[in-house]
Amino acid sequence: MSLFYALLFIVATLVLVIGLARKIIQYARTPAPLKIPTTPAPVTQTGVVLRLFREVVFFESLFKSTKWTWLFGWMFHLGLFLVLLRHLRYFTDPVWLPIQLIQPFGVYAGYAMVIGLIGLLVRRIFVDRVRYISAPSDFLWLLILIFIGFSGLMMKFVVHTDVVMVKQFFIGLMGLNIGTLPVDFPLIVHLFLVALLMLLFPFSKLLHLPGIFFSPTRNQVDNPREKRHIAPWAKAMEEQQN
Amino acid sequence: MAKADFETPELQEFVDVPEIAEGTMAHLSPFVAKADHNSDLNFPGELVDDWHEKALAKLDDLRSRYRSLQVFLDSCVKCGSCTDKCHYFLGTKDPKNMPVGRQDLLRKVYRRYFTFAGKYFPKLVGAEDLTRETLDEWYSYYHQCSQCRRCSVFCPYGIDTAEISMAAREILDSIGYGQKYCNEIITKLLKVGNNLGLPGPALADTLEGLEEDVEDDTGVAVKYPLDVKGAEILLVTPSADFFAEPHVDGLIGYGKVFHEAGVTWTISSYASEAANFGMFIGSYENMRRVALRIRKAALDLGVKRIVFGECGHAWRVAYAFLNTLAGPFDFLDPNYPVPQHILEFTWEQIQQGKLKLDKSANDDKVLTFHDSCNVARATRMGNKPGGQLEIPRNVIKAVCNNFVDMHHDTIGERTFCCGGGGGLLTDDLMEIRVKGALPRMTALKNVIEEQNVTHMAAVCAICKSQFTKVLPYYGMEMDQIVSVHQLVSEAIILTGQESDEEEDDNGEEDE
Repeated sequence: MSLFYALLFIVATLVLVIGLARKIIQYARTPAPLKIPTTPAPVTQTGVVLRLFREVVFFESLFKSTKWTWLFGWMFHLGLFLVLLRHLRYFTDPVWLPIQLIQPFGVYAGYAMVIGLIGLLVRRIFVDRVRYISAPSDFLWLLILIFIGFSGLMMKFVVHTDVVMVKQFFIGLMGLNIGTLPVDFPLIVHLFLVALLMLLFPFSKLLHLPGIFFSPTRNQVDNPREKRHIAPWAKAMEEQQN
Repeated sequence: MAKADFETPELQEFVDVPEIAEGTMAHLSPFVAKADHNSDLNFPGELVDDWHEKALAKLDDLRSRYRSLQVFLDSCVKCGSCTDKCHYFLGTKDPKNMPVGRQDLLRKVYRRYFTFAGKYFPKLVGAEDLTRETLDEWYSYYHQCSQCRRCSVFCPYGIDTAEISMAAREILDSIGYGQKYCNEIITKLLKVGNNLGLPGPALADTLEGLEEDVEDDTGVAVKYPLDVKGAEILLVTPSADFFAEPHVDGLIGYGKVFHEAGVTWTISSYASEAANFGMFIGSYENMRRVALRIRKAALDLGVKRIVFGECGHAWRVAYAFLNTLAGPFDFLDPNYPVPQHILEFTWEQIQQGKLKLDKSANDDKVLTFHDSCNVARATRMGNKPGGQLEIPRNVIKAVCNNFVDMHHDTIGERTFCCGGGGGLLTDDLMEIRVKGALPRMTALKNVIEEQNVTHMAAVCAICKSQFTKVLPYYGMEMDQIVSVHQLVSEAIILTGQESDEEEDDNGEEDE
């Protein structure tokens, strides 16, 4: 079991890192031939950084749109973010002070995450428009994440797992030493689903994470009159025709 | 006008988000382009035999050339934020008119052929094969999108359905399945000089007529020059301005403003059209061909500045793309932005006190303003973000005493499209045009009833034409839509113009 999970996480990490890197390289290399920021848009680079910050941290556009979706979506993502920070303690020794300090918040964040996800799932089932646009994978993602959150909370509050042992396993794995993982049902489920998520990430809609940073309607400076913007392929076409 | 074979939605106090009703608009497709109109734009004349292969190759090509397309196809999480934002969905209940529903028509094919999940687990991720039926569905629903970008305002990733519908139309064109309206118009423009096919002599006649009208009206000889070499300003305006109401009243207004500003200006018969339907069909190459006319006209006439008249998508192409497509414009006066909008020009004149304005000339009206989608969400006027929303209102308020805005969810960056943008302003699409106008008509009706609004001003030729046609369907009058520069024209007192002032003085005495 320990060997299986060790290999699983090595593969999952490689797939996640390489897969994501490939997509990021693809996005970065694909030119945006025209200036298409959704206006009113910032006219300076600093303004764009602030716009993206508001978008990534507060989900500004979603807030403008639908308050319920924003509430559940933001709860889930903020919760997930804090939970991920909390989990850093399993991968670092000694644990960095800020990470020690957020430990209690991380637990509440776990609840927030699961509640947000359930809200999103309910919405996906009961709002006819959202149900119409949902593929099976859209439901499965929510279920995977709910089970990850739920199994995590189980370990904290119901069936305690030997987290010291888990930590030793992962710190060992980071040095490519395969240790022993405690075989507790919630932990096994939790880790399996996390690995699954990592494996599927680069091939799924989870690509919205890098996507937002490359979205031309959000990341372009609104200065087309001031500065000529031209893509390499357009430039080549121009030179060929002139 | 052909008799309507559909029902005009009834206006309620609010536009309720409808329950979805599948397939309500599946029957509607625009006329298909004739072979020579396709080939004039360097597309195959008719649907090619190997359309399947060619369509996928084009999709692959486009996603490698447009970051927007690649990122938008990948990033959608189906959150549903956009589902109730499209005027066409609100007016038709058809879920394929929800922005994400529309995008998915292309996305499911992208996933099927270009993603791991779609290749091996198509059912799981909603990937589908490209079939002949898919093409027809694309043709139908990508011509029910006005590329207004309202959805992109509310998308947490900024996914812009306009980019997707432009790509889809480009794919359809590339396999010989083009739309008659757009392709015919671009052909006409490239051959004659403008969308309406008005040849140079007809244009000269029209402008001469305008000069006579204005002189009769005001006693002042305001010029409407054509092809004058060495003029300071080249005015590029939608060809509807040359004859149709209320457009032409706007053109009269531009002329009066230029006259009072004391600048020399000219229209070019070669580039007598601001519109650039190359954008609607997503064709960079054709959009560039159209844009290069303006560069050539500016060079040939030796002007120092370029000013665009009231036109929504034209202002997008001009403001956001012209420098890219046909720049650099280093041969023009660097003290002015290239190009400028006529409203930027007029607002500057007003601020400098160069125009003598009598607001009471518009006292017979209570105005509201329809933000045109392309102006509001794809361009700017002035130096500050949002100038495109403020400057038109500033100008209206400077020439009118009575102005009120419509509901805040229907103006500014949240403005609703008139229903006729994006290459849909054709009679064969009347049903979607009427139904898509529902949100705007509702907001307008409310200010008419609650705040006694009599007229709605707009700065887009398509909006003006669309409203002229659609207002009567909703029990309003076609002449309730006016040009912003028509209002300026009414209020402006030309130097040396006496009749109006005297009349006004008399008017006041009478009161």
